[in-house]
Amino acid sequence: MRTTAWRACRTVTAAGALALAVAAVAAPFVPDDDAQVLERLPDRSAPQYRDLKRLQVAVAAAPNDVTAAAALAQGYYRISRREGDPRFLGYAQAALTPWWKDPEAPTAVLVMRATILQSSHEFVRALADLDKAIAREPRNADAIIMRATVLTVRGKYDEARADCGRLQGVAPGLYVVVCLASIDAVTGKAQSAEAVLSRSLAAMPVAMSDIRAWIESLLGEIAQRQGDPVAETHFRAALAADPRDLYTIGAYCDWLLEQKRAGDVIPLVQNELRVDALLLRLALAQTALRRPEAEASVTILRARFDASRARGDTVHRREEARFQLLLNGEPKIALRLVQENWNVQREPADLRVLAEAALATGDASARETVRRWLVATGLEYPAVATLVRQGEGGAR
Amino acid sequence: MTRRRIVLVALAAMWLHGAALAHKPSDSYLTLKVDGDRIDGQWDIALRDLDFALGLDANQDGAITWGEVKAKHAAIAAYALSRLTLGPQSAPCSTTVTGHLIDNHSDGAYEVLRFTAGCAAAPKVLAVDYRLFADIDPQHRGLLKLEAYAATRAAVLGSDAPAQRFTLGELSKWEQFLDYGNEGVWHIWTGFDHILFLLSLLFPAVLVRSRNSGEIWQPAPSFRAAFIDVLKVVTAFTLAHSITLSLAALEVVNLPSRLVESCIAASVVLAALNNVRPLVLRGRWLIAFFFGLIHGFGFASVLADLGLPQESLLIALVAFNVGVELGQLAIVSVFLPAA
Repeated sequence: MRTTAWRACRTVTAAGALALAVAAVAAPFVPDDDAQVLERLPDRSAPQYRDLKRLQVAVAAAPNDVTAAAALAQGYYRISRREGDPRFLGYAQAALTPWWKDPEAPTAVLVMRATILQSSHEFVRALADLDKAIAREPRNADAIIMRATVLTVRGKYDEARADCGRLQGVAPGLYVVVCLASIDAVTGKAQSAEAVLSRSLAAMPVAMSDIRAWIESLLGEIAQRQGDPVAETHFRAALAADPRDLYTIGAYCDWLLEQKRAGDVIPLVQNELRVDALLLRLALAQTALRRPEAEASVTILRARFDASRARGDTVHRREEARFQLLLNGEPKIALRLVQENWNVQREPADLRVLAEAALATGDASARETVRRWLVATGLEYPAVATLVRQGEGGAR
Repeated sequence: MTRRRIVLVALAAMWLHGAALAHKPSDSYLTLKVDGDRIDGQWDIALRDLDFALGLDANQDGAITWGEVKAKHAAIAAYALSRLTLGPQSAPCSTTVTGHLIDNHSDGAYEVLRFTAGCAAAPKVLAVDYRLFADIDPQHRGLLKLEAYAATRAAVLGSDAPAQRFTLGELSKWEQFLDYGNEGVWHIWTGFDHILFLLSLLFPAVLVRSRNSGEIWQPAPSFRAAFIDVLKVVTAFTLAHSITLSLAALEVVNLPSRLVESCIAASVVLAALNNVRPLVLRGRWLIAFFFGLIHGFGFASVLADLGLPQESLLIALVAFNVGVELGQLAIVSVFLPAA
């Protein structure tokens, strides 16, 4: 029985096997074939892996060399971004071991440590490191860009804007423009942000594919919030420039789900199901399509969120809130999660889940939080405004 | 500047992209079933993690096969079990592998390592020291399920708190007190740094440096004078390290352990040098107090390594401190008459 199940597994994709395996085999076993593939590793031919060996050797030879350690940590960090695998954040942290707990670590370490910490949503500690780094080196562009990013995620737009200004003269002009535009986009100036970004894109060499992907993705999100169908063009352009940009895949899936095009979500995510957020999109799509596989996806998601809770992680609260709200029928739990999340990070996507949970539970104070945020920031997000109005209508 | 720009271009694109999407992080699942002096263990460890540590993918084709895992069974068991200590540090339970299986968790395939551990006695308090992947991935965690005497409990093990102690079944407050008191005595006796420091400071109490005579060191004029001097030094040291031990254990103050360890080493050297070329003779209790503060941080890291029970933090803290004092008094009481 198990053998047949496994033969079937091998014929489908690795990710599909994962889903099947969890559903079909829930107890430890001894495989009966030496050739049986148990696990697939990330593709190491990607450019992110190219320099890794050299950097590892350099650190092994001189573990207390700050430059080598920071370079290796940066190498691991890039892979963590590409694969969405937090293991590589742990490896990056290990590379910085001699300085990890040192409040007065060298500036290169401070910036790298902040980068790792913000990935684990430890924004307060990350900001403390960045403040110190910038106090020491006011023209450290890496530190300034990082701080602008963290402040934007935290919804502290005035401070973030000030950092974008600090980039003037220390980073290429394009960065200053995009830095400011990405804040304008969420503070009531979406139209001008869109114009600026489009102009930058037109003036940019085609070869700068990762920057193109990033700007296209920003444009896609702006259009998505306005409900503008051009969003799809931008998301597709972003993925043409970088097909494995997990962040853009997630945003594009959300657009497709909003447009009731769940069928188009499945091919986008089916090879990326290790990423919880994308497995969530798959489960949402399967549920919308009433596919029987939805149940297995929900089971795996539940197991992952349980494990994450068991280890005390809080990184996945936005995703788990959506899971509880849309797939697990627990709007109250969803509201609690998304409120905790809102205390830490305040991106438009966080606001949207907060608005959805507020409506589902009829929670007036959460709804008020959303309404006030829209007013205070000027964020243009009609779908969220509608959710607030619906809630107010229901309350009356 | 140009090179700097290249670095920027590559990094900033990722940074400005805001929150990343993520996998499940690295966890292992450790189940321990305590049955008298025997512990049955099952440890599920992700193949991806083992591959990073040990290189399972022998042919480097990006796929880990059962054959490749089998070839590394001995290495996996040796690697994992050398990073897990069950039972007291002085006499850990000895582990034997009983089987290697595979399981699929929500994020991929895991090695299932089954083992038994034989302990000297049925543990009333089980110390678990978990350091798997601590050196290569400090964010790795071990999710422990501990079953003992019909009760199950869960805990998270990892580099933040590598050692934890679990009270199995009924343990009176007095037994808990004895347990930590014991550790305190044990630590002062086996920690040469503290003894050396203390003895170096006590030395001038019993041998007084004479100013006029040719003989440099003379026995103290009276036992009473020596006793008072010793009492002052020991009390100052005790008071100081009790303060910092408590502050650090309650997480009010924290110092990097590298700093603490080097300061402790320096304190031993300084105290000894003071005997050879005296700078401070009268107010040695002040030195004792000052460095006692630093030694307290050293004690606190030991206590943290032992694992603090959250439900009886105060008992553990007081008991450990009392243990340290008793151990210290024992040393002094041998030293004083001998000198």
